[in-house]
Amino acid sequence: MSELWLPIIMAVPVLGAIVVALLPKGGDKLAKQVTLAVSLVVLALTLVMAFQFPGAAGDRFKFEATYDWIPTFGVHFGVGVDGVALVLIALSAVLVPIVVLASWHDADGVKTADGTVVAPKRSVKTYFSLLLVLEAMMIGVFAATDIFLFYVFFEAMLIPMYFMIGSYGGAQRSYAAVKFLLYSLFGGLLMLVAVIGLYVIAGKQTFMFPELVGVIQDPATQKWLFAGFFIAFAIKAPLWPVHTWLPDAAAQAPAGAAVLLVGVLDKVGTFGMLRFCLELFPDAAKAFTMPIVVLAVISIIYGAIVAIGQTDMKRLIAYTSISHFGFIVLGVFAMSQVSQAGATLYMVNHGFATGALFLAAGFLIARRGSPHIADYGGVQKVAPLLAGFFLIAGLAGLSLPGLSTFVSEFMVMIGAYSSTASGSGAFVVAAIVSATAVILAAVYILWMVQRTLNGPTAEPVKAFKDLNAREIWVMAPLIALIIGFGFYPKPLLDVINPAVTSTLTNVHVDNPAIAEKGAGQ
Amino acid sequence: MESPAEIIQHTAGGAIGLSWLMIVLPLLGALILLVLNRRTDRWGHLLGVAMSLASFVVAVLAFVELLGLGEAERRQAVHLYEFIPGMVDMGLLIDPLSISFALLITGVGSLIHIYSIGYMSHDPDRRRFFAYLNLFVAAMLLLVLSDNYVGLFIGWEGVGLASYLLIGFWQFKPSAAVAAKKAFVVNRVGDLGLLVGMFIVWTSFGTLAFADLGTKVGTASDGTLTAIGLLFLLGACGKSAQLPLQSWLLDAMEGPTPVSALIHAATMVTAGVYLVVRSGGFFFPEGSPQALAVAIVGAATLLAGAIIGCAKDDIKKGLAGSTMSQIGYMMLGAGLGPVGYAFAIGHLITHGFFKANMFLGAGSVMHGMNDEVNMRKYGGLRKHMPITFVTFLVGYLAIIGFPLLSGYFTKDGIIETAVHHQPVLGWLAVLGAGLTGFYMSRMVFMTFFGEKRWDKDAHPHESPAVMTWPLIILSIGSLFLGGYLILSNRLMLWLSPAVGRPEVLPEFHFLSTPGLATLGLVAVGAAFAWMRYGRATVPVVAPRGSFLTTFARRDLYGDAINESLLMRPGQWLTRFAVYFDNRGIDGLVNGLAAGIGGSSGRLRRLQTGFARTYALSILIGAALVTGALLLVGNI
Amino acid sequence: MTTHYLILSGLLFAIGAIGVLTRRNAIVVFMCVELMLNACNLAFVTFARQVGNLEGQIIAFFVMVVAAAEVVVGLAIIVTIFRTRRSASVDDVNLLKY
Repeated sequence: MSELWLPIIMAVPVLGAIVVALLPKGGDKLAKQVTLAVSLVVLALTLVMAFQFPGAAGDRFKFEATYDWIPTFGVHFGVGVDGVALVLIALSAVLVPIVVLASWHDADGVKTADGTVVAPKRSVKTYFSLLLVLEAMMIGVFAATDIFLFYVFFEAMLIPMYFMIGSYGGAQRSYAAVKFLLYSLFGGLLMLVAVIGLYVIAGKQTFMFPELVGVIQDPATQKWLFAGFFIAFAIKAPLWPVHTWLPDAAAQAPAGAAVLLVGVLDKVGTFGMLRFCLELFPDAAKAFTMPIVVLAVISIIYGAIVAIGQTDMKRLIAYTSISHFGFIVLGVFAMSQVSQAGATLYMVNHGFATGALFLAAGFLIARRGSPHIADYGGVQKVAPLLAGFFLIAGLAGLSLPGLSTFVSEFMVMIGAYSSTASGSGAFVVAAIVSATAVILAAVYILWMVQRTLNGPTAEPVKAFKDLNAREIWVMAPLIALIIGFGFYPKPLLDVINPAVTSTLTNVHVDNPAIAEKGAGQ
Repeated sequence: MESPAEIIQHTAGGAIGLSWLMIVLPLLGALILLVLNRRTDRWGHLLGVAMSLASFVVAVLAFVELLGLGEAERRQAVHLYEFIPGMVDMGLLIDPLSISFALLITGVGSLIHIYSIGYMSHDPDRRRFFAYLNLFVAAMLLLVLSDNYVGLFIGWEGVGLASYLLIGFWQFKPSAAVAAKKAFVVNRVGDLGLLVGMFIVWTSFGTLAFADLGTKVGTASDGTLTAIGLLFLLGACGKSAQLPLQSWLLDAMEGPTPVSALIHAATMVTAGVYLVVRSGGFFFPEGSPQALAVAIVGAATLLAGAIIGCAKDDIKKGLAGSTMSQIGYMMLGAGLGPVGYAFAIGHLITHGFFKANMFLGAGSVMHGMNDEVNMRKYGGLRKHMPITFVTFLVGYLAIIGFPLLSGYFTKDGIIETAVHHQPVLGWLAVLGAGLTGFYMSRMVFMTFFGEKRWDKDAHPHESPAVMTWPLIILSIGSLFLGGYLILSNRLMLWLSPAVGRPEVLPEFHFLSTPGLATLGLVAVGAAFAWMRYGRATVPVVAPRGSFLTTFARRDLYGDAINESLLMRPGQWLTRFAVYFDNRGIDGLVNGLAAGIGGSSGRLRRLQTGFARTYALSILIGAALVTGALLLVGNI
Repeated sequence: MTTHYLILSGLLFAIGAIGVLTRRNAIVVFMCVELMLNACNLAFVTFARQVGNLEGQIIAFFVMVVAAAEVVVGLAIIVTIFRTRRSASVDDVNLLKY
């Protein structure tokens, strides 16, 4: 029975997508309702699975299911989850219903500042159908235990997202969509080469991840294959200097799609680094640690500084994410239990926090029609609820203690600082430098808050209505999760920690201090 | 010196076991008020007061229970839950130090809650105000009660958030919004210090809990301790508005006056002192360079704050300068080691009373004067606001150190200890006391004495009872608390399980050299103020003043330095980074795209549309292939 | 001796190719294409004779069938173009470009 969980969770949204696509014309409302219902079913199934996870059978990967797909080349439809994959699948399953609810009117067209509407290129039901397809692929990419299957999902995810940006986005949507697609495809091709290289060089006639761990021993080979995977993931994550597609894509995408793009799709990059780059090529990962940490620290500081200078809300949030992804990459490559658990937790928390921020910004933009910060002012006075949610989401973006993002950022930094991996002196510097981002984060968030929410109420803002019931239902769960995990992150960390431990074992890094402590308590 | 007592795990229930209620109750209040929103408008303020009072009751019960325990058992750790597995557990530490703070926070806090009912009665958002006040109380209690640095840090930033929300409570005023942001950002600079300090603590000792640190600190090198100490000092400077991170406090006066009284005088700004005293046993050993740095920062700030206070015409900013200065005294005391801790905490407690008293008094004056803050437009108010006048006078006498009032004992204690241990800093503190005598007298004379300089439409009146009663209670504390705490070393003995105490207990001298010098200088300062502002006519428009006056009015050019050293270069850097990102990196990407697009545009010109051209290219291609095959010799 | 046949085949192919490249009239171009095909046929048959098996001759039949089909389609296209453009010059049909 347990091997059916993941295939069912992936099949439900696919079936839902087909049903939505086949609905008769004019049934837009029905399409939205069906999509919401399907995504809620997926959420329920995922939660039940997550609660069964601690007791489920299996060593590292649980709920494993493996079917032959292309037997000639040893390709399997292999799925299974460890703690890291589980929390990311849960993140996707939580975000999708929220996004469906938030983008109730997104597919109807995007309003611009002068009141005109950029009409969508495709129908409403197509949007929601794409959303469900995307959900299935997001779950698949995290669940795949076969590297070839992972690659297929990794690339196939681009298709629904490309259409969601390119057909339902703002004025510059086609530029943004093509840029997003070309960047990702470029990385994906390098990864394909590395995947095939891995298959041929390993000579095990299989793409199954567990069987390929530790097979490649030659350092030079490891480095080449590592580079292939890493570049693809760095583009996806995105890491400086291959980050410029993200602000464009996030700014042009409808708010809901932007949430999934930044909240989940980009996590595939950091997830891939943790799962594939580190475990398949441990020696190369260690050899490349320093340059990657430098890139991560540059991302952290550079993303924050550029975010301060943005005039467009969505671009600003996108740049803050680049800064946050720097933290995640730093945590992954600091190679300590605390930092990697922190990085994984960061992936989840960042999904909630940035999701909330994008959605709140989306609600503002839907009212005013402009993403420009200068077009706002004094929202607090006319829409206190919206302003309150926006503020809390923003505070989560600056990692305020008491909110979930703080725990993860703290763990990443303290894990990096205390890392015993080789070159720990550099990690000390990296941790201190990246800690200055807490000041920059306060500047970029609070300055945006000051210019949008505070001050005298701008003339066009006076007509703002506060959040309606649907919008409250979008924001409230996210805010509750942000605050809840801020004070009680243990349930997530208890799931994440064993997975990170096995990753570190495969990378041959041992953290005696932490292991002892963990056992002792 | 005697070291602090061991921290023992609390197992029995009782008030100590329930001490988490202290934090949860006001937090619940804040949550209810914010979630239920406008529905609670009618009774929201009452709920806020009730939650704060309930928290006070729990604190008193825990205090009584602690009193009933033997001295060696007065450090009780209450385990709550596992926070970050393998790293830190959430727990509370109930010991004399934390419970003293808890009593001050909930006691003075409740009085200010009650006062705010009257002060904010005309504000349509009074409910939200009480929600934020409750949030503040909860965060501040978490800060002082937490038994580890992570919990402390959560409270630390929580009070920062509450302070941000409350300074910007009237956020529709751009000045308030800017001040709120500035306070938060400057505080974050300090938080960076605390954060990196925690990295070092965790890396060096593998724990962030106070209970475990006590046994492990001995293993560290002096360099590590100094690094941690200096970083924590940076954090303390941010929160307590000490040099060089002082600039936010004066701007923070944009918030409603009860906020200034509670957060920016009595409690939050003293968190830095708490941090130093709490970490004292671990990271600030007596005579270490970091302890000396604390004392130097304190001495410098007490002078800077006093100088700023001398020139301000805005009554709240004058009081804010005074707050900086008084916290400087506390830091000076805290930098002297266990011998100074009791005086620092004693001054912190009495300061909490008399400064809150005076801030609320200033609020009462503003309430009667149409929210006018310029003292040059006051004058002669003593007849119109008798209760406010008398209570303010008590606070005034307490802060300048009038013999036998609260401030006399606590401040004199700090000065005498400082003169004894760090003579230079000690005599600077004496000088600061003289300045205090001047600027506080100036404030009293300008506000309550002299002729009326009111605006035409001002009709000063005494505030309602809900505002005057807190004033009366606070002024009673300002009268007697200091003597009670300091005489026969009551506070020092009470705190000793938490912070240790010197071998030889100090004796309080009523007629010591520094004490007499202090009194003399205070008298000179007060007399000078009487000549300038009591007897003489105070001009309604501020005269230009000397270079020194301008220097003080401009907050010692703190903002100007920040502006030219940090903000301007920051803006340039930001602009450059945005330009670099758009033109440099993205320009490269777009350039590459344009290059490929351009060359393909040129290449496609080969497709002319003439069938014969294509035929020719096929022929040439075939010929080339044939030629190549012939060359290779496969044919 | 088959050399002469092969030379003839080469000459015919060259004539056809030059015709395709230089003539404008679609009918003439078409006839030149046929000429090239037939040059190939001649070569195939010659080689079949030289090697002594039937494969070349079979392929020649295939080519003839293809050529016949080509005539049908090609002439139809030329006639249609002539009807719409009143011209049979291949240079006038150059719309299908970049």
